[in-house]
Amino acid sequence: MNISREDVLRVAQLAHLELTPEEVNTFQEQLDQILGYVDKLKEVDVTNVEPMAQVVFAAGRDGKAGAHPELREDILIACNTAEPILAQASDAAKPFFRVPKVIER
Amino acid sequence: MSATARWTIPAIRDALLSKKASAREIYSDFLTKIEKQNAKWNAYLSLSKERGLAQADRIDTSIARGENLPPLAGVPVAIKDVISTMGIRTTCSSKILEHYVPPYDATAVERLEKAGALFLGKTNCDEFAMGGSNENSAYGPVRNPVAPDHVPGGSSGGSAAAVAADLAVVSLGTDTGGSIRQPGSYCGIPALMPTYGRVSRYGLVAFASSLDKIGPFATNVSDAAAVLSVIAGHDANDSTSAALPVADYTAALGRSVQGLRIGVPEDYFGEGLDEEVRQRVQSAIATLEKLGCRRIPLQMPHTEFAIATYYIIATAEASSNLARFDGVRYGLRVPAATLGDMYRKTRGQGFGPEVKRRIMLGTYALSSGYYGAYYLRAQKVRSLIAQDFAEAFQKVDVIVTPTAPTPAFKIGEKAADPLQMYLADIYTVTGSLAGVPGISVPCGETKAGLPVGMQIFANHFDEARVLQVARAYERAMGDAD
Repeated sequence: MNISREDVLRVAQLAHLELTPEEVNTFQEQLDQILGYVDKLKEVDVTNVEPMAQVVFAAGRDGKAGAHPELREDILIACNTAEPILAQASDAAKPFFRVPKVIER
Repeated sequence: MSATARWTIPAIRDALLSKKASAREIYSDFLTKIEKQNAKWNAYLSLSKERGLAQADRIDTSIARGENLPPLAGVPVAIKDVISTMGIRTTCSSKILEHYVPPYDATAVERLEKAGALFLGKTNCDEFAMGGSNENSAYGPVRNPVAPDHVPGGSSGGSAAAVAADLAVVSLGTDTGGSIRQPGSYCGIPALMPTYGRVSRYGLVAFASSLDKIGPFATNVSDAAAVLSVIAGHDANDSTSAALPVADYTAALGRSVQGLRIGVPEDYFGEGLDEEVRQRVQSAIATLEKLGCRRIPLQMPHTEFAIATYYIIATAEASSNLARFDGVRYGLRVPAATLGDMYRKTRGQGFGPEVKRRIMLGTYALSSGYYGAYYLRAQKVRSLIAQDFAEAFQKVDVIVTPTAPTPAFKIGEKAADPLQMYLADIYTVTGSLAGVPGISVPCGETKAGLPVGMQIFANHFDEARVLQVARAYERAMGDAD
């Protein structure tokens, strides 16, 4: 096993996920199996290969490499959506979302 | 139209214009069918009767006034439940969004409405579009209309099943690693994944942002093309949507495929491919050759690394995208004394097992000390996979493969083994990683009567080519639409 129980607990902590003891066991086993499979990627020679950070523009389609005609001018547009957005929250006091106290004083 | 024949987009148009049926009648017939039959398939999670009837009445008023009808006038559509619909519950098949009602429409939805479509409702899927069988829905699995004890595929299983069971004329799905094409293949209907950036994702609940696409299911290639023509195109609200002109996709359909070069990559016909699937796809390729296409053998050597690459990139992006579900602004909140506990309990109770598994995998791959070994390496291998496609398209016009290595499997058969489930995406994730368009078209069935799909890829933004070849094959197989 390359993935330890501590790895699972550490990752769950990072991801803000509360796991049951059964889930911790299952995920330890499954992550180990899946990451074992993913180790296949080590067989690939990636020397001098750039990571693919852009999906289609990287190809320089139509000679537009690096160009982004998709980006609009930075102009302010009115966006009066506070009411419907706050209406979705389980605990809102306009104009705020309410959460358990973070800072003690 | 006889009682057993199915509605198509042109048939609806003819019926409306000749006043043989009203939009309200067509819509109401579908609603009645859904209300009677949905329990059997579990394809729909919510119906949008009020909005749909209002849309139908607008079309009927338009007809009475003799106005020009928009391209999808009176066409009943189903929409995958990861796509936002204003005023209509959108759950992503998750408990965490059980009561979420979006305050706005996705751009694709807005465009469908403007084009005259009638919204039937929201379709079941794997939770947050994560899965290949629709068994990961918090609201129960969808059954395959062709074989009810089998999965419909996933993640857009409800959208595929709704069309296959004649509970919608067309539907929208989303494809991240095969989630449109694979259920299309399993349910025996055409299913199109457009190029990355072709269709705006504004209002699509994000799973993996460098891979997610919206696309249509239909009962024939022409209807899929008609839907793409409506939803494609640049959108100021999605900076990843391409500012390139949209072709008239239905115009390409009649063109001859004489002389087209069909690439057949050996790497897609190796170990793990079901023998009956191999035979059906090979015989479909022979049909294309009879139509005058030239078959060209290809090698795409990085294909075997696609699953590993995909499951690192997709889960890493998912772990980041799903951080927004924290109980603060929308969706489920599980109360707790501290903010941290509230996050952990909300997410622990709100997400299902597959979503948690992928968040865990993605968080691990991005965590300190592992980023280079997993995420960065996967992004480099992704470049090599995209390069395989770019090199192939120097030599061929389209690439033809099986859509999935097997036909639909039985519900429950693979549920306990996530890696086996992931491996079933082997032929679809490649195109997803490269960002190219692809379609699955039905190409026969196995002896047990399960549908088999042929996948056709073309180069970026060449959906017209994908549709042209798919339609030529469909026509050759005797669909005279």
